[in-house]
Amino acid sequence: MNILIDLSYIVASILFIFGLKMLGKPTTAVRGNQISAIGMLVAIVATLLYSGMDYRWIIVGLVIGSGIGAVAAIRVPMTSMPEFVALFNGTGGLASLLVGWSEYNKFLSTPDGTLEVVPVVAIFLAVLIGGVTFTGSMIAYAKLAERIDGKPTLFTGQQAVNALIVAALVISGVFYIMNPGAGLSQILFYITVVLSLVLGVLVTIPIGGADMPVVISLLNSYSGLAGCAAGFVISNTVLIVAGSLVGASGIILTSIMCKAMNRSLAHVLFSGFGAASSTGGGSTETGEVKPISAEDAYYVLEAASSVVFVPGYGMAVAQAQHAVRELGDLLEANGAEVKYAVHPVAGRMPGHMNVLLAEANVPYEQLVEMDDINPIISSVDVCVVIGANDVVNPGAREDESSAIYGMPIINVDLARTCFVLKRSMRAGFAGIENPLFFKENTRMLFGDAKESITTLVEQFKSS
Amino acid sequence: MDITLLLFTFVLAIFLGFELISKVPSQLHTPLMSGSNAISGISIVGALLASGLSSDTTLGLILGLVAVICATINVVGGYLVTDRMLSMFKTREGSQK
Repeated sequence: MNILIDLSYIVASILFIFGLKMLGKPTTAVRGNQISAIGMLVAIVATLLYSGMDYRWIIVGLVIGSGIGAVAAIRVPMTSMPEFVALFNGTGGLASLLVGWSEYNKFLSTPDGTLEVVPVVAIFLAVLIGGVTFTGSMIAYAKLAERIDGKPTLFTGQQAVNALIVAALVISGVFYIMNPGAGLSQILFYITVVLSLVLGVLVTIPIGGADMPVVISLLNSYSGLAGCAAGFVISNTVLIVAGSLVGASGIILTSIMCKAMNRSLAHVLFSGFGAASSTGGGSTETGEVKPISAEDAYYVLEAASSVVFVPGYGMAVAQAQHAVRELGDLLEANGAEVKYAVHPVAGRMPGHMNVLLAEANVPYEQLVEMDDINPIISSVDVCVVIGANDVVNPGAREDESSAIYGMPIINVDLARTCFVLKRSMRAGFAGIENPLFFKENTRMLFGDAKESITTLVEQFKSS
Repeated sequence: MDITLLLFTFVLAIFLGFELISKVPSQLHTPLMSGSNAISGISIVGALLASGLSSDTTLGLILGLVAVICATINVVGGYLVTDRMLSMFKTREGSQK
């Protein structure tokens, strides 16, 4: 029977590898996800075949977990996708922590039980990485869902506190590994559980909400490594293979995203980005904000021969993607060339805007990437910025003292006219002033993005 | 199993993971993150074993049960959310044809 289980694990690993590979291409992505899901099913069924398994609590757990997971996944609106990925990621981390803890508990409760050095070390790592993943993901969730302030939270001595916790973790770890059965080690083990959870909170709160995509990607990588550690705890190959696949691919994805923002991972993690620099350096804004009414905006759009929409998180919040598509269709019918320019890190996750525009059935060929639109942007009649802020902030190009200086942006300020749809003059998610709002050719269309767009659509229809 | 074999598996899988995710178009980053997040729910295997083979202490039962619940949420939620996201891309490609 065990041979059958091991062979099934190999099949599952192959399915994961193919699934992950296929997820990377638009044409095969759906099947890739299904294939990896089948791999998961194979792994689960194979595990249930182990002899001596007690199914009572497993069934209870599977039913409860499937219920919660399915309801959450089906009911979540597309706009809140990023925070739910964070949430699911956190539960995975917690599971790895519990697997490690449970194995330690099994050892303690077995008289004359022995524990090899490898599982001992692996238990420690599963608890540590799993704990950091769990609370880190919960903080990321809370920041993205705006349950807590998205701004970086910094306090004096934060680095010192973190260093102390890490030191305490190392000391506990060494003592526990040297003699896992001793009374002191048991206490140290529980201290390790608590400190890991605390560390997850402390390393995530100083990171600004705008950087959460990178953090989620990194935490995703951690949850893979935690699973991997859990695999070493119970000497299970499929856990090790799947865990390290996720761990490695997560790190690659993280670095791709950092590159898109022109920042290093260390800078994202340790800079407290956007906390101290909210003034955007010493540059005081000159010029005045020029508001525009929806009616006047309509006349400009009606006369435009090329229009580029630049969506951001505000579009997601206002659920404006369908209205935007409708306006885009009307503009096209009116003879204008319509494009949607998507910044690689627009929204709260890379590709966030693509998902939303796809939901609204925006044709693929109308989507353009930043590098393709920037060279021709000065010939665009109207850029319509919908709830995007930091990714169109010209300060990144012009103001060396700006916190986001050097980040590639979509140069909407170089278009002939630029409409900015915004609820208020509040600074963006990164908390940085945006000189775009004060530019000569910028017009501010205040109000809820969906309402503003809908008004424009009605103007077009009634004309 | 032999520790060196496990480490060997680990190192090879890490390299494979690095190789698999290169040159992915940015619109697939979110589904990819979500899809690989679902795969990290593989800790469900550990959770099932922890629950099914737990020594009969109350703490062991609770740890195993909570582990199974958490891992199942990760697996079921992760795959379903990814599928929902990707099915939108599919509709668009379908309408193009």
